[in-house]
Amino acid sequence: MEPQTIIARRIAKELSSGMLVNLGIGIPTLVANYVPEGVQVFFQSENGLIGTGSPPEDGMGHPTLTDAGGRPVTALPGASTFDSAMSFGLIRGGHLDLTVLGGLQVDQTGLLANWMIPNKMVPGMGGAMDLVSGAKRVVVAMQHSVKGASKIVKKCTLPITSTRAVDLVVTELAVIAFGDGRAILRERAPGVSAAQVVAATEAELDIPSNVSEMSL
Amino acid sequence: MQTVSLEQSVAMIPNGSSLMIGGFMAVGTPERIIEEILRQKKRDLTVIANDTAMPGRGIGKLVGAKLLRKVIVSHIGLNPETQKQMMAGDLEVELVPQGTLIERIRAGGYGLGGILTQTGLGTPVENGKKTVEVDGRTYLVEAALHADFALVQAFLADYLGNLSYALTARNFNPVIAMAGRTVIVATDNIVPVGVMSPDHVVTPAPLVDYLVANM
Repeated sequence: MEPQTIIARRIAKELSSGMLVNLGIGIPTLVANYVPEGVQVFFQSENGLIGTGSPPEDGMGHPTLTDAGGRPVTALPGASTFDSAMSFGLIRGGHLDLTVLGGLQVDQTGLLANWMIPNKMVPGMGGAMDLVSGAKRVVVAMQHSVKGASKIVKKCTLPITSTRAVDLVVTELAVIAFGDGRAILRERAPGVSAAQVVAATEAELDIPSNVSEMSL
Repeated sequence: MQTVSLEQSVAMIPNGSSLMIGGFMAVGTPERIIEEILRQKKRDLTVIANDTAMPGRGIGKLVGAKLLRKVIVSHIGLNPETQKQMMAGDLEVELVPQGTLIERIRAGGYGLGGILTQTGLGTPVENGKKTVEVDGRTYLVEAALHADFALVQAFLADYLGNLSYALTARNFNPVIAMAGRTVIVATDNIVPVGVMSPDHVVTPAPLVDYLVANM
């Protein structure tokens, strides 16, 4: 299975009916493809839509119905639209149950850096800082390493997105939870041992006596 | 409210003005007004908007034509030209978290001096700003934003200036319609007064100064 698929499928298990969920660009977007059967969630696009559906068939897109990346989407029956002030009120105001975001680095206390690389990539934070500061639960979807270097680090060297720690990081190797300033290895990917995860991770991990295998 | 031609609507904007412009990645941006700004070569503009779109679309056209002095936006990632001009020092870019940006605009339009938010605390966004404690929690003080003009794209307008919007083209538009000192509206459709149900009016007519005629 592709790393992105493992990550997206595992995060989809975090969904339950009735949740309001915001998915970021990249791997997070793939989570929508693996919503468990019988589970009905509301997907928010922060440009002003709840009830975001899959992309339209070629040629069937509408210029005023788009996702937060400006790409055409559909709206499911029961969808609603609103302005950007309400959209971020939903995000900051404790109404958003879950946000799934990409990451450049997460440190062992759960702090996330995902919005800039000084002097290299300055895209702007968009909604990322509000999402991490405001959502009830924050899950990071990212590959474990980039060019052989662990993205789960002792301390972020890139500017952080928020002082609020994320709840969970899901990579193609592991599920890592954060609490009380500590990183805890919760699950390992099929065929991956806890020792392999530790070897691939710069951050210090707490290893419980029994680390279960990810269910995909 | 006054109905004006496209040419008149832009002729009233002096060089050096500050403009709030609706749209999210160019969806809900008044493209006709943008095109006319290009044609009349308005210069040294400050733009307050969600993003600088992409080259050749919406606000991206103004960036490409080098008509801007400063942008206050949340995202420039899809417009390499913005980043290039920023790195070269030709364009001042103030990056603001999206939720903070829309609330600063809303505060401007709603008569508030600013807002308190936890977004941006402990990040470069905090630099040079005050923090305050309320009920034991720390917040960043973010000042209200104002602009000389708001350039709004509506879906439906009547001849009094009542407005409604389409789907995700709503985004910043109703909020900037409260915050611009002069509000100029382009719309996909114009209908007679009385056609729009009061419940469906999102921006009430007295907020609109100029409605750009369709042809």
